[in-house]
Amino acid sequence: MRCKNLVDAGRRQFLRGGALAAAGAAAATVTAAPAQAAPTNAQVDYPSNRLANIADLAVNEPLDIEYPDADSPGVLLKLGTAVEGGVGPDGDIVAFSVLCPHLGFSMSYNDGDRTLNCPGHFSRFDVEAGGQQVWGHATSNVPQFVLRVDDKGDIYAEGATDLIFGRPSNVL
Amino acid sequence: MAYKRQIDRLPIPPKDAKVHNVTCHYCIVGCGYKAYTWDRNKQGTPTDNAFGVDLSEQQGALGKWVAPAMYNVVKQDGRDVHLALVPDEDCVVNSGLVSIRGGRMAENRPSRVTGTQQQRLTDPMIWRNGTWQPTSWDDALDLVARVTARIVTQGSEDDLVVSMFDHGGSAGGYENTWGTGKLYFQSMKVKNCRIHNRPAYNSEVHSTRDMGIGELNYSYSDYEVTDTIVMVGGNSLETQTNLFLNHMRKGLENGARMVIVDPRRTVTVNAAEEIAGKGNVLHLAIEPGSDMALFNAILTQIVDKGWTDGDFIDASTYRDGEAVAMDSAHPAGLGSLEYAMKTCRTSAAEAAKICGVSEADIVKAAEWIAKPHEDGSRRKCVTCYEKGVIWGNDNYRTIGAIVNVSLATGNIGREGGGCCRLGGHQEGYYRPSDAHVGRPATYVDQLLISGGGKVHHIWACDHYKTTLNAAEFKREHRRRSNMVKDAMDAAATGTRGQQVEAIVAAVNAGGLFVVDVDIIHSQIGQNAHVILPAVEANEMNLTSMNGERRLRLSEKYMDPPGTARPDCLIAAGIARNMERVLREMGHHAYADQFKGYDWKTEEDAFMDGYHQGNPDVTYERLRAMGNNGVQEPVIGYENGKLIGVERLYADGKFDRHGRDDKKALFCAAGWRGWQAPGKAQEQASHKFWINNVRANIFWQNQFLDQDNDFIQDRFPYPFIEMNPDDMAELGLNPGDLIEIHNENGATQGMAYPTDTARRGQVAMVFGSPAGSQGNVVNPGVNELVLPDYKHTWGNIRKLADATPQARAVSFKSKEYTS
Ligand code: SF4
Repeated sequence: MRCKNLVDAGRRQFLRGGALAAAGAAAATVTAAPAQAAPTNAQVDYPSNRLANIADLAVNEPLDIEYPDADSPGVLLKLGTAVEGGVGPDGDIVAFSVLCPHLGFSMSYNDGDRTLNCPGHFSRFDVEAGGQQVWGHATSNVPQFVLRVDDKGDIYAEGATDLIFGRPSNVL
Repeated sequence: MAYKRQIDRLPIPPKDAKVHNVTCHYCIVGCGYKAYTWDRNKQGTPTDNAFGVDLSEQQGALGKWVAPAMYNVVKQDGRDVHLALVPDEDCVVNSGLVSIRGGRMAENRPSRVTGTQQQRLTDPMIWRNGTWQPTSWDDALDLVARVTARIVTQGSEDDLVVSMFDHGGSAGGYENTWGTGKLYFQSMKVKNCRIHNRPAYNSEVHSTRDMGIGELNYSYSDYEVTDTIVMVGGNSLETQTNLFLNHMRKGLENGARMVIVDPRRTVTVNAAEEIAGKGNVLHLAIEPGSDMALFNAILTQIVDKGWTDGDFIDASTYRDGEAVAMDSAHPAGLGSLEYAMKTCRTSAAEAAKICGVSEADIVKAAEWIAKPHEDGSRRKCVTCYEKGVIWGNDNYRTIGAIVNVSLATGNIGREGGGCCRLGGHQEGYYRPSDAHVGRPATYVDQLLISGGGKVHHIWACDHYKTTLNAAEFKREHRRRSNMVKDAMDAAATGTRGQQVEAIVAAVNAGGLFVVDVDIIHSQIGQNAHVILPAVEANEMNLTSMNGERRLRLSEKYMDPPGTARPDCLIAAGIARNMERVLREMGHHAYADQFKGYDWKTEEDAFMDGYHQGNPDVTYERLRAMGNNGVQEPVIGYENGKLIGVERLYADGKFDRHGRDDKKALFCAAGWRGWQAPGKAQEQASHKFWINNVRANIFWQNQFLDQDNDFIQDRFPYPFIEMNPDDMAELGLNPGDLIEIHNENGATQGMAYPTDTARRGQVAMVFGSPAGSQGNVVNPGVNELVLPDYKHTWGNIRKLADATPQARAVSFKSKEYTS
């Protein structure tokens, strides 16, 4: 099952803005005159992007998201039971990259056993176990997005646990 | 908690990064990689880098990406450098694909900067004052030589037992098999030796060789152009990953059908169905150990329906009845097709009964393999087999029965054909003749158990995890080696001479002096008195060939940890010390046998060994051939290129048996039920068949992976796949720690519920440090001492509830779903 629901018209625009604002870390490495470069933080600065509101989510219905920018597709899920890395009142909301950390094919969500499955080379990941690779060729588990929920029930992504496929830095 | 790497940015290789050719040193496939190394204080940029790719943009599927596991900081010429180790798109073996093993080569390198693989041995160690103490090479080799020289001169070379790898890749390869081979088979004539994964020094595929057919006869490209792929006792998506993904897959996409013979439904079956459609995949889930009956029935179908290749049989196979009689070295007679058919003839109905599959499916398999196309043209069929039959019932005859079918249909030496073992490690065998070992060879592990041998040299073998009857082996090996440890402790204040006397007295009283050469302090290494640190590929230059005989030089790009050395140079060090000590002892003629080891580098060992037999091949020429290398045998050198052979036996002449007539032989593979002693009785008296299986995530016995968090997080205990109803009956929950036990011993693992597992059949992952399957395997071997690891039966009981670690892992199906 592919994730079809799109949240927040205009969100793409917002995300692009966020991505640009956070590009400092990678850009610093190309600065020609190091003496004048702004000090670079040791850690990547992630954008805080609103993905959806809790009210937009139904149990086991995947929502397409993009994080940290429009070129990095992901999935937002409410699982119905508290899980590793889960947020929200029920501790059951999680988000993952859907680019397979093996070779970057787009994965689809199996709502039967709640796994992300890669058509490229048959790897699969368990969204109820922190994105652990159930079986496959990837050398890391699927990147999980770090989430925060505010008082209004808005869900924000603010980081990632692993390097997203196809980039030397999670924030390009 | 799933293991999170918490890495969100990696350095980029600059344009001027050094590039080395790397052949993955893990499985037989030998995928090509490029190692980029560059100075610690330098980096490339997203737009100006070694890959020539704009990394400021998100890369698409299959795009260039350095995964965190492909990165490390290693020592090169004494300096810390960045390392990025990425798959090579231009290598025809993998075309840029990467597996969960090869993709972790970089992070499985020892690094004092990032802290990876700190388990690697860095210095020789001697058992001293009650523990292992680091020491110099001179000191360690002196003790090895003094004790070994005393024992082989006091008694004979038969008192020296040697366990030594015979493979390529890893720490094997032509350099290292030559170094060890020259020491034990030329300077000495050691006959009590064994190979890394089995208890004797023997071929795993004697019968195909005796039939004239070397076991690696095709080219991987044959899978892409064939009509049918037959896989027997193999699970390539897991164990030869990129062979399946880059070659078999293309064949299936081009319309090939696939027959998979395996009692267990594997992820390979599932993937083949996904690619080719269920209707084009025939999974024959036979009763364990019944492969021979199945292939005999398939052969009978093919013969009776006239689908054999008459011209090929006339021109290329022996036509005159019996050529080789059954005897103690040949567990079956060999000869013409008609001769073999006298014993092989099996009806589909008989086979259906033995194998537990339908007659219709047996007929279908025969049709898929051999029924000519509508236009009358012959079907092409490539057959591959591996441990399911190699470590299975009646190894000799079963493999013979499989090869019979390929031979009868003319599917060897032709495009789209081949009949090959899939392989585990790469190959890299170059040694003096082993004829003195004899056939059948000594059952070395039993010899050690029964008190034989006085000195045990071990080269990158861990019997603890990879032998049968392992529980008893461990008990005896430990007991005997402890006698020597006690003697050494008692003589702790003595001189070297007094120490040696104490050791000699202890081994003469039944003890065992153990020298362990390895890259880590292994489980069997716990019994060692001297430990010698070795290196892996890329800490030295290493040559090996893959499953289609593709020879490459995998280049050294980093320093070994500490003072570790290539095995070939360790062997040379032992030889030089043997010469010195023997001379001191006055055995001058014997000492002379240990001359000829003045190698400074692994290249010297290569030139002394492999190059002598293959004078066209040098490091320089191999380096120029890059990651595509050359397919052995190398038959010339022209226009700056080594010339190889794409597939063997294209001329229809078969020579692996050494016969002058160059005719292939058929095997009279008569079915006799369970061949190895004790199997039938064990089956009758236990509830579960304990299948011994592999998983793509682990390389062999996990010697590196045991120190890798990503891997151990997934399977903190060896998995035991089990039918959920069997689990319910035993009151088991997912992840519960269970014990498998029988008369041979006991082992442990965690229950992994698996819907597709049959009732009464469990599948336990092999070689785990946290639970050795070998403990419960009985000592039964075939006539040529090939172990039947695959056939073990036991009962199961719960040991404990799932630990928190086990509870946190996923227990979902391993099968991809679209
Ligand atoms: S398939 Fe084998 S050779 Fe290729 S990367 Fe994986 S382990 Fe290495």
